[in-house]
Amino acid sequence: MRVLLKGILQRDLTLAFRQKSELMQPLMFLLVVVTLFPLGIGPGPDTLQRIGPGVIWVAAILSSLLGMERLFRDDFADGSLEQMQLSGIPLYQIALCKIITHWFVSFMPLLMLSPLLALFLNLTLPMYTALLLTLLLGTPVISLIGAIAVGLTTGLQRGSLLLALLLIPIFIPLLIFATSAVESAAMQLPYGPQIAIIAAIMLLALALSPFAVSYALKVSQN
Amino acid sequence: MVLPADMVECWPIFYSQRAEPKLSGLIGNNLTSHKQDRCLFQHLHIRLRAGELVHLKGPNGAGKSSLMRILVGLSSPEEGNVSYDGVDISEPAVANNIVFIGHKSGLNGLLSAEENLTYWSAQHQLDVSNAEIYEALAALNLVGMEEVPIKNLSAGQQRRVALARLWLKPATYWLLDEPFTSLDAEGITLMETAFAEHVSKQGAILMTSHQALSERVGRVRVEHLDYRL
Repeated sequence: MRVLLKGILQRDLTLAFRQKSELMQPLMFLLVVVTLFPLGIGPGPDTLQRIGPGVIWVAAILSSLLGMERLFRDDFADGSLEQMQLSGIPLYQIALCKIITHWFVSFMPLLMLSPLLALFLNLTLPMYTALLLTLLLGTPVISLIGAIAVGLTTGLQRGSLLLALLLIPIFIPLLIFATSAVESAAMQLPYGPQIAIIAAIMLLALALSPFAVSYALKVSQN
Repeated sequence: MVLPADMVECWPIFYSQRAEPKLSGLIGNNLTSHKQDRCLFQHLHIRLRAGELVHLKGPNGAGKSSLMRILVGLSSPEEGNVSYDGVDISEPAVANNIVFIGHKSGLNGLLSAEENLTYWSAQHQLDVSNAEIYEALAALNLVGMEEVPIKNLSAGQQRRVALARLWLKPATYWLLDEPFTSLDAEGITLMETAFAEHVSKQGAILMTSHQALSERVGRVRVEHLDYRL
């Protein structure tokens, strides 16, 4: 445990905060999309409220795709991943640790920014609560599933286009349930089932993804 | 229990329980590998014992690096297996006894030499203090470069930082793919002295290099890998 905390978690966090522009890029993208949308659609409070949750979710998915490749790309290119694989720590633990760091670095700022975005898009408090819950449970899925695709494409040059093609269909269910939950919240209806399904997807991804990632990385290394 | 010969044959279970002679050293048994439909090697046997330095030679594209990667477990052979002192390479414990330094340095350009080695030691479950890392870097004449981001070092200096791992991890087996790349004459002398010392302490080294090793290293066994069409 200590090995993972120091060797992987601390290392990845140090690296993330040393590349400030890469850290900020997805966040700025998100902010720009959410700010531009109302201007393009027309600033009626009702329209904004209707499209708000969807806009935030779509922007979150797209912005995450921007920085997704970073998960393994640099470590693969400079050989750090090789050395990690030879360290004797099971690869799935390394993968899980890197995924958690990725989530923390790319989605924590989003969650912290979300009240501001909710304000931009005129969301009511129940809607915002539902949105926060879906983001909290749904964004780990993006990191977990994304890591599998990054692991598979990391050995290829210019894998990012393939990455987007692989991932977008997988994120569609997530988007549907998340927006449906917020919509129910807007109409004062219970949104427990949608949240439960997102949580189930998250747990399934959490259970399977580290092993899939470790296999994908081994294949890429071969 | 000694089983009659015919029983051994009918009951594979008994057969497998018979103590096989434990083979020491690194053994690559019956290895086969293809790259892009070209056979690199087929049914290759290689053995590296403690206290031995093997210099693997061969033209570009002969498959030296592929063989090295198979021997450390980074890629898997199409046929055959690799074991260290009788333990299969798939066992995680084997990793504690190996240091592999390949073409890629495994150093992150944004981190300093000291940070890179600290995190590396943590990953490899080594209890290495900062002083020991400074000592290892000093042994490679990198005094004053410890805190500089790796990307600002020259290629030769980066190679030295990568090689400093050999000072930090007490492993028997050193597998080095072209360790002399971009090292200057002084650096090569330094490494050769380190090789001789490691071999004298019953360590084992398998290395590739297009350069001949000097007499400083002591006894060297040369293996050739031919380019196959």
